[in-house]
Amino acid sequence: MLPVSVRKPLQKKIASVEHARELAIDVMFELQNHYGYLSDEAVAEAAGLLDMTPLEVDELATFYTFIYREPVGVYVIHVCDSVICWMDGYESVKAYLCRRLNIDVGQTTPDGLFTLLPVCCIGYCDRAPAMLVNRKVYGHLDGAKIDRIIENLVNEAVQADQ
Amino acid sequence: MNATPTRILLKNRRPERIATLDEYQAGGGYDGLGDILESRSPAVIQQMLLDAMLLGRGGAAFPTGRKMMTVAADAPFPRYLVCNADEMEPGTFKDRVLLHADPHMLIEGMILAGFAVQAAKGIIFIRPEYENAARILEREIRIAEAAGFLGDNILGSGYSLHIGVHRSGGRYICGEVTAQLNALMGRRPNPVQPPPYPTEKGLWGKPTVLQNVETLMCVPHIVRNGPDWFRELACTATGAGTKIYAVSGHVERPGCYELPMGTPLSTIIEEHAGGMRAGAKFKACLPGGASTCFLPAEHYHTPMDFEPLKQVGSRLGTGAIMVFDQQTCLLAVTLNLTEFFTRESCGWCTPCREGLPYIRDLLMRIENGEGEPDMLPMLDTMAQYLWNAYCAFAPGAMGPVQSLLKLFREEVADHIVRGGCPF
Repeated sequence: MLPVSVRKPLQKKIASVEHARELAIDVMFELQNHYGYLSDEAVAEAAGLLDMTPLEVDELATFYTFIYREPVGVYVIHVCDSVICWMDGYESVKAYLCRRLNIDVGQTTPDGLFTLLPVCCIGYCDRAPAMLVNRKVYGHLDGAKIDRIIENLVNEAVQADQ
Repeated sequence: MNATPTRILLKNRRPERIATLDEYQAGGGYDGLGDILESRSPAVIQQMLLDAMLLGRGGAAFPTGRKMMTVAADAPFPRYLVCNADEMEPGTFKDRVLLHADPHMLIEGMILAGFAVQAAKGIIFIRPEYENAARILEREIRIAEAAGFLGDNILGSGYSLHIGVHRSGGRYICGEVTAQLNALMGRRPNPVQPPPYPTEKGLWGKPTVLQNVETLMCVPHIVRNGPDWFRELACTATGAGTKIYAVSGHVERPGCYELPMGTPLSTIIEEHAGGMRAGAKFKACLPGGASTCFLPAEHYHTPMDFEPLKQVGSRLGTGAIMVFDQQTCLLAVTLNLTEFFTRESCGWCTPCREGLPYIRDLLMRIENGEGEPDMLPMLDTMAQYLWNAYCAFAPGAMGPVQSLLKLFREEVADHIVRGGCPF
């Protein structure tokens, strides 16, 4: 069940627009933040809020890159594999991340912290090779920089736990 | 005619932060906005944009004034203005730079463009990768509202416009007009073939005008300084205004450079992007994003404007210039781009959904040394089929493929003869 603290603000926002479904993506993002990913339960909740069928919500959920229908880590790392990043070191960035996190692309670390995914051009071709962590960008990547980013995120997660 | 760098859209650009409302106003922004809204008619502004020869900067180059004129004078209300900030084509990052430079220039552009079609609501459709820009826009919209530039009865003019930010869930096809409107209505973002055109029946069946970020940011300058001034900014007779060229690839200083429309490619690379990287020699570029045709070295001095690029077999597109040096395998580049288009195809129509993986597979086999001589004519045939697709996505994807087969056929054939990539 969605807690009232999440449901109420969404209901208020939905009531303020003319067509509930115009907020479909915002609602999916909110529920994803709450559940960690867009679970079947979240799809059903979204459908109820938006006056849509679960199938209609799923039709959208499966379409978009940043809506996750499967569990993901606390930090989703999207490595850009489009042409400029690919020319400027995508393969080595990917290989470094796989080694560092000890997972393959498409997997999540056993501690549930990191998911590694490839992504299409993120619009940072002037800072290639680049990646996103939870939609925040990091460019001009190399091994040392990746190490620093991962360490900071691990520390951030430890602090959040305490 | 102008050959020196002219900063119009990026005049308030700062290294690490946006230009504030005060800074935008200090540069003449919002100056006399109330008078303009009160004293000029929407038709006059439309005509100014048409006379200025402002062509859409999102890739399609449709005349902005003419698009607005397709909204009939007696068209129903409410009308919508959508700002397309969903740039996602590989190599394209100009709108990101513009949004982070001067958000109020966009907001004022939307006010004037909205007024020109009497839109009541403006929506900025932004890709999720640009979350930072989305937050900046939301904040600056509130600041503009507080200053009276946005909202009900703007500066006492009687015109009202409300602007909201819509975050996308992230898919390339959402940049296509009709797909974007579906996305905004909470529907699966498949394109829709006109007619009716969105300017007649768009969002929720009401007239909707959709414009790119860069296009909208030109509007305040045209309205203040006039169409002649805008046309004279270009250094080609066919061009108008400045252009944000987003340069990436094998150059010393990749980045966004605002220059007179029609600045030669060689000038952009050598005088602004720092030249080719050490030891690198220009082989080819994609002059306007991933859905344009390769421009080989023989056209190195081509003016980067819509007309001259058409004449040499390519397109200006979004002005995203991806530069490749002589060490680059253009087959591998095309394979990467085709992988992008294959992944991003919305799957609605058969030529695109089935044709793109087929073409990717052929390119991959040739690149990996499994090529056969008959694969070249197969690629030609398949690429031609993709022009039967439902929207412009698949024909766009064929830009690099067909130009590779035309201009660098020997390089592709060499892969087959050698049984692998020669690079």
